[in-house]
Amino acid sequence: MKPVNEAKLTFLSRSANEGFARTAAACFAAQLDPTLDEVNDIKTAVSEAVTNCIVHAYPDRLGTVTLRLRLFEDNTLEIVIKDSGVGIPDVEEARKPLFTTGGADRSGMGFTIMESFMDTLKVRSIQGKGTTVTLRRRVSRRLGG
Amino acid sequence: MPVDCLEVGQTLTARVAGEVDHHAAKDLMAQLSREIDAALPTRLELDLGGVSFMDSSGIAVVLRTWKRMKELEGSMTLRMVPPQAAKVLKAAGVDKLIPFIE
Repeated sequence: MKPVNEAKLTFLSRSANEGFARTAAACFAAQLDPTLDEVNDIKTAVSEAVTNCIVHAYPDRLGTVTLRLRLFEDNTLEIVIKDSGVGIPDVEEARKPLFTTGGADRSGMGFTIMESFMDTLKVRSIQGKGTTVTLRRRVSRRLGG
Repeated sequence: MPVDCLEVGQTLTARVAGEVDHHAAKDLMAQLSREIDAALPTRLELDLGGVSFMDSSGIAVVLRTWKRMKELEGSMTLRMVPPQAAKVLKAAGVDKLIPFIE
């Protein structure tokens, strides 16, 4: 399936960009005329994925994070968050609720929230190469739209 | 991230406003800890009415604050939780530990 629209952003893994990334994703999603709840779910999931890049992918240096947004004919929004950081040694374990290597500052709920707020979550990670998180969410078509 | 605090008797009300994400969480946690340590309340009301966005970083802040109140043998409630923040907190079962009140 070919996307009907696409946008790509690359930014530094600075925590100030967490707000930028989720807001950019929400602005892109706006063309689907989503409900407020749908926008909030998308913002929250993007915030989790980008925070993971900043906290875990580049623990002691700045790196780049790429956010790719694609829109498909069936009203599906696909969001890909990619880093070139350290990678996740055990993705299955990292996806478990409450699992974290981030200490008391982190809740370990990031992947759980991405999974429950979006329709699908795919995580691909290679140690030393980086991690790619793919989120998909079909936005409801509203009557009169 | 502004935290407005009001102390009435043994109750401390802390009003949080803005976006509670990883970028803001450290500073917010430090402010809340300072206020709790200064007031040593028996009851904390964390008012989230002004929170425009929260992600799982907020879960960690709320749970750490709750643990601190337990250490002080005090209680804690969450007030005016906006729907977006409520959904995030409930995903972690926070509502089963800390009462949400209007």
